[in-house]
Amino acid sequence: MKSPDEIFNLLKQEFSDSVLSLDKETPVDPVITVDPFKIQIVGKFLRENPELSFDSLMCLSGVDDANGTKVKDAEGTEILEGGTMSVYYHLHSVLHKHKITLKTVTQRNNPEIESVENVWKSANWHEREAFDLLGIKFLNHPDLRRILMPYDWDQFTEEISRHPLRKDYKNPEFYQGMKVPY
Amino acid sequence: MALKTEHMVLNMGPQHPSTHGVLRLELEIEGELVKKVTPHLGYLHRCFEKHAEAMQYNQVVPYTDRLDYLAAIGNNFGYALAVEKLMGIQVPERVEYIRVIMAELQRIASHLVAIGSNGADIGALTPFLYLFRDREHILSIIEETCGARMLYNYIWIGGLSHDIHPDFVRKTKEFCNYFKPTIVELDNLLSYNKIFIERTANIGVLPVDTAINYGASGPTLRGSGINFDLRREDPYSIYDRFDFEIPVGRGLMGTVGDCWDRYYVRIREMEQSLRIIEQAIDNIPEGDVQSAIPKRIKPPKGTVYTRVENPRGELGYFIISDGSVNPFRVKVRAPSFVNLEILGELCKGYLVADVIAILGSIDIVLGEVDR
Amino acid sequence: MYQYFYDLTGNTIISTLFVAVFPLVNVLIVALIGVYLERKVSAWIQDRVGPNRTGPFGLFQTVADFVKMLQKEDATSKDIDSKLYNIAPVLVFTGSFAAYAAIPFSSKLIGSEAEVGLFYVIAISSLVVGGILMAGWSSNNKYSLLGAMRSAAQIISYEIPTAIVVLSIVMITGSLSLDKISEMQTAYFWNWHIFGGAGFGIAKFLLIPFMVVGFIIIFISTLAEVNRTPFDIPEAESELVAGYFTEYCGMKWAMFMLSEYGNMFAVSAIVSILFFGGYHSPFGYLGNSLGIEWLVPFEQAFWFLAKGWFFILIQMWLRWTLPRLRVDQLMSLCWKYLIPYAFVNLIVIGIISLL
Repeated sequence: MKSPDEIFNLLKQEFSDSVLSLDKETPVDPVITVDPFKIQIVGKFLRENPELSFDSLMCLSGVDDANGTKVKDAEGTEILEGGTMSVYYHLHSVLHKHKITLKTVTQRNNPEIESVENVWKSANWHEREAFDLLGIKFLNHPDLRRILMPYDWDQFTEEISRHPLRKDYKNPEFYQGMKVPY
Repeated sequence: MALKTEHMVLNMGPQHPSTHGVLRLELEIEGELVKKVTPHLGYLHRCFEKHAEAMQYNQVVPYTDRLDYLAAIGNNFGYALAVEKLMGIQVPERVEYIRVIMAELQRIASHLVAIGSNGADIGALTPFLYLFRDREHILSIIEETCGARMLYNYIWIGGLSHDIHPDFVRKTKEFCNYFKPTIVELDNLLSYNKIFIERTANIGVLPVDTAINYGASGPTLRGSGINFDLRREDPYSIYDRFDFEIPVGRGLMGTVGDCWDRYYVRIREMEQSLRIIEQAIDNIPEGDVQSAIPKRIKPPKGTVYTRVENPRGELGYFIISDGSVNPFRVKVRAPSFVNLEILGELCKGYLVADVIAILGSIDIVLGEVDR
Repeated sequence: MYQYFYDLTGNTIISTLFVAVFPLVNVLIVALIGVYLERKVSAWIQDRVGPNRTGPFGLFQTVADFVKMLQKEDATSKDIDSKLYNIAPVLVFTGSFAAYAAIPFSSKLIGSEAEVGLFYVIAISSLVVGGILMAGWSSNNKYSLLGAMRSAAQIISYEIPTAIVVLSIVMITGSLSLDKISEMQTAYFWNWHIFGGAGFGIAKFLLIPFMVVGFIIIFISTLAEVNRTPFDIPEAESELVAGYFTEYCGMKWAMFMLSEYGNMFAVSAIVSILFFGGYHSPFGYLGNSLGIEWLVPFEQAFWFLAKGWFFILIQMWLRWTLPRLRVDQLMSLCWKYLIPYAFVNLIVIGIISLL
């Protein structure tokens, strides 16, 4: 059973430049920030190291941080320009019974993060959901396509309505001939 | 010149008597052998996470009911625990006891539906009706407490919506006495029936490593032989005060981790829930159930991830708060969503009829798969 | 019976019609009461009430269903093969109805007194397979096709144990005519074949356990022939929606249902004739003891119907208690278990009958 400090120190020893920081002040869970393109290697180390052995990924969630600037685009609708998107990974070890939260941050404009699907298979559908609802692309994912929205959502919508969980999402006018706002 | 052959694609479409909701399974079959199963989701997507960002914290509670509508109290419980942890609220003892009793009653009710539909898919139509008759007793107890039979909005942040009614203790004890012989009857009728064992033993074997890697939880994981229950590993509320066992699949009728083991785990879990209820029902302390409910729920800026043991597995709530009265992000880690991924792995090489048996043993509810 | 009507009317066509109408009426009544009884029996087993609003105790439920089915629109999709689609229900119904021609309802009520009655019954009820395959193929629906293929495999396989057990009875009685087989089990119930048959001697007592085994084998095989649970894979409601008659509605579907209940009664009748004495009463006849000779055929008809309905009730009871077998388990039950047991049974009965 290790505390977040010990886990952070172990990780920092192994990957000094990929593992960025440990945030213990904000309530409630301590969060370790990792470089987005190195998350797969860090994940593999976390799973295979016998002292850590994080063999279960509890949850993977994409978050739109909404810390960009609000600008008005060509048609006068308010969109968010700049800012970041993050992905939170909650890991847990069945053997040692400890938990940790990882976080990666990437830019909002064309978000790309390395996929951890070949480390924990449960990430497969979670990453598909993050791609579907937020637009985050996961590199090296075997089957990255929409999971909850209809498969032809892209054909009927413009850029601003493609990914529903973004903070500047706007409902499309028509979908397959049906009027959407009522 | 050889004939071009391809596998037949059979669509067990969104409307089907035994896919437990609107789930579309695309099967590639060769005669009766299944080569590949692809689930297609999204038919029940109701944008829970987007709605949660537009409402205040206590207004989200009725929406959490509708995620896993067969085990609604567990959903409320998880959300309330998450927000209470973020805000640092301590609820009175009476509230804790009543929450545990209601959660265990809900667990029995949900397992009754799961076992009944598992049997009905396989062809045993009579136990389904017997189990629903028993479920009526639980639903009427809960209806007298909070007014609703299925979607309760009962466990609020910081307390409960209604206090228990004066007859609650007596009726729950009567139910416990009534239910014990019913489990014996169910065992005689279905569990050790030779035809049922033929249909479920050695079908859909899930090895432990695959289960943990895929993130399985609940009876799906415990059926593979590993003793992992959140009420013991990561105790929340007052579960550490009660004495109960964790049933684990042992491969009594076939291999460890087959459909029969998962079914068996659910039956024994109902017995253990009865044990917890009997230990808790006599010791409910006095108090006011609404004393700790804050007037204005405005958590500090931060993140929290809480998980509870729902009848279907580990239900997790990940809440990010930015200091205002609306949550910034609520992510629900639904157990059925994660367990459904395993279906593709489990069905390789079995017959079409087995796909139904395996799907019934994983026990999904489309409300939380799609949210 | 044909002779009786011919003497009465002197016309071949009218007498044939009368002879044919009687089993038709029986099939319709069996379907009427059968559907109602199935719903009530299933309700009582499942701790419910069943239909109790249409008429006293819900007795007119089937009549109401029948009227509803008559006025339904016959909706068909445009991709079906219409010739096969329309002939299939007729073929299935004919196959199960034609078997009634050789079944004796009492010593006077027989459709046709052919010498090869039993052989004819087994042969003509195989017509049902053709109808089912036509229904499954012409519906242009993958579920129907799967259900039809499973059903065809099941019916064809389970005819073999049926035929083998029938052969063992034929060996003892020496006749293929159902009427003569019933005649040989007269007087009291210890003359029934399940208790060793008429005649007294060591052979009779040796035969009893093998007769019981034969009865169990033929009961299971005929359950599979009529597609009842635990063998109702072709119509498995929770897997294939409704199997080979998914695409049928209205009267065509009603014909499939009629043929199912007709078939149920026909196989119950065969089983009771072969093993349980056919139309003979277990205790002797009231008509004989009171001296009213013309009462005897009616009593025989009553006993025959009672035995047929008894077996139908057992079939319904089994349906609501047991889960269903998977297709490969069903086939392995037939080929690996029933057929070897039936063969061994046949050989032993043959040896005993030589004594």
